[in-house]
Amino acid sequence: MSLAAEHLTVSYGERAVLHDLDLSIVDNQVTAVVGPNGCGKSTLLRTLGRLLRPDHGRVVLDGRRIDHTPTRQVARRLGLLPQTPTAPGGMTVRDLVARGRNPHLSWLRQFGSEDAAAVAHALDAVGLTDSADRAVDELSGGQRQRAWIAMVLAQQTDLLLLDEPTTYLDLAHQIEVLDLVAALHAEHGRTVVMVLHDLNLAARYAGHLVLVRDGRIHHQGPPAEVLTPQRIEEVFGLRATVLADPHTGGPLVVPRPTGS
Amino acid sequence: MAVTVTVLVAALVVGVLALSVGDFPLAPTDVLRALVGGGDAGTRLVVLELRAPRVVVGLLAGAALALAGALTQTVVRNPLASPDVLGVTSGAALGAVAAIVLGGGTYEVSAGLLRLGVPAAATIGGLAAAALVVGLSWRGGLAPGRLVLVGVGLATAVTALTSWLLVVAKVNDAARASVWLAGSVSSRGWDQAVPLAVSFAVLAPTALLLGRPLSIVELGDDVAATLGVRVRATALATAAVAVGLTAAAVAAAGAIGFVGLVVPQVLRRLAGTTRPPLAASACGGALLVGGADLVGRLLWTWEVPVGLGTAAIGAPYLIWLLLRERRVG
Repeated sequence: MSLAAEHLTVSYGERAVLHDLDLSIVDNQVTAVVGPNGCGKSTLLRTLGRLLRPDHGRVVLDGRRIDHTPTRQVARRLGLLPQTPTAPGGMTVRDLVARGRNPHLSWLRQFGSEDAAAVAHALDAVGLTDSADRAVDELSGGQRQRAWIAMVLAQQTDLLLLDEPTTYLDLAHQIEVLDLVAALHAEHGRTVVMVLHDLNLAARYAGHLVLVRDGRIHHQGPPAEVLTPQRIEEVFGLRATVLADPHTGGPLVVPRPTGS
Repeated sequence: MAVTVTVLVAALVVGVLALSVGDFPLAPTDVLRALVGGGDAGTRLVVLELRAPRVVVGLLAGAALALAGALTQTVVRNPLASPDVLGVTSGAALGAVAAIVLGGGTYEVSAGLLRLGVPAAATIGGLAAAALVVGLSWRGGLAPGRLVLVGVGLATAVTALTSWLLVVAKVNDAARASVWLAGSVSSRGWDQAVPLAVSFAVLAPTALLLGRPLSIVELGDDVAATLGVRVRATALATAAVAVGLTAAAVAAAGAIGFVGLVVPQVLRRLAGTTRPPLAASACGGALLVGGADLVGRLLWTWEVPVGLGTAAIGAPYLIWLLLRERRVG
């Protein structure tokens, strides 16, 4: 599996959001893309997942330009969960997860036992087997997000792109979702790229951090190397102290009180 | 599935009953015998030549309008949408009324024109208006909100033109145009039933093929794209099939209102699905229009335009369903 962006420039109308950006996704690793609001991190993820077309440059998936690859073929190798998706009212978890099999189905190959097994496996992986027949809109925020992750899992791709999977979730549910991501990586060797807001959670759950500012990659590498007080000030304009996380020893960003 | 089969059987029963009743009543068994080529020549004439075209037009126009409604509501993600928002119905109405009013002249000329010219003018008007609506709302894709606004705006403008034609028309022409506008299946012949049947035979299976991608598109355009669906192509194909079905139905039976709006919503509730079911909606449309025509013929001796019946049956039923749903939920 390889996914890379080469000289990527993406703009919305006149406004360029990404400028000549290069990025290679590290295989078999959890990568977190972090940066201030509007820095282009979601745009980067969406372009990597073929939802946006770059103005210049290209995204290459397994040696082939992604915009020259049929969308179904891309969907068999790369799963992407957009920000805060909504399921139609009353749709059950099982129905939602079964939709993830779409890239593997055609008129010649209808939904079969193999697909049912993939759905059951995905439900099991996110711990929703017992809630499979409940409506998605009845679930708690954390469960709902796990149901959507199960849909992407049922796609059975080696590569998962998650766009702010923890938005609108309280801290406990954020941990619940990120623990699931960590398990998917640890147990199934999946490559995960996710956009996150919380630097401390990103540092704890990602092996590789990509720090984005103004549509360019400011720095990337292991969390401890990326998250220094100097870089945090450069990118976020925030003065902070970086301590050692008492549980993991990784970096823990503590903002200084304003005025001190 | 059970709902689809039940509704389909009900529609077929209505069809056989509609072939039995009339000035020359027949037993349903005789009707069935005539349908498979048996029975005496008189019965065959009544069933196959006099009544069958009307019944076929009613059932298929209803099926086509309801199926088009289900497709439209899915693609614009709005339960209030009907094929009317695609501009087809109002465009077809303008075409038909223009043909009746402007093409009129002597009665002999207009009689021939009504039979062949009006369906053709309605088809052309409907397709042209739909092309205009889709063209004007296209922004690198089919933008649902824009489509509804452009469609409603254009329909209003086109309807104003139609009203103007009705105002300036001769009384006779205006009366005939009004019947067409209400939607009617009376005195239809095979020359109207066959084009509708052919269009339906091509477009309905195409619509069912779109069912799977549409079941993904209801998760949102982004999710659908990541699941390998060509979102823009699917939306455009869906709109095109809905337009074609509506144009074919309206050309044969006039602007039967409400079927495309109410049937998909009723069937969605009966079948308990998250979006209007396609096959079940088609069967439900056939049942509603076929049933409305049958009831109209049984209760009144004069010809009640079927469009009035569909609204009179369909609207209260949907409201009742919604009230009950609210009480339960």
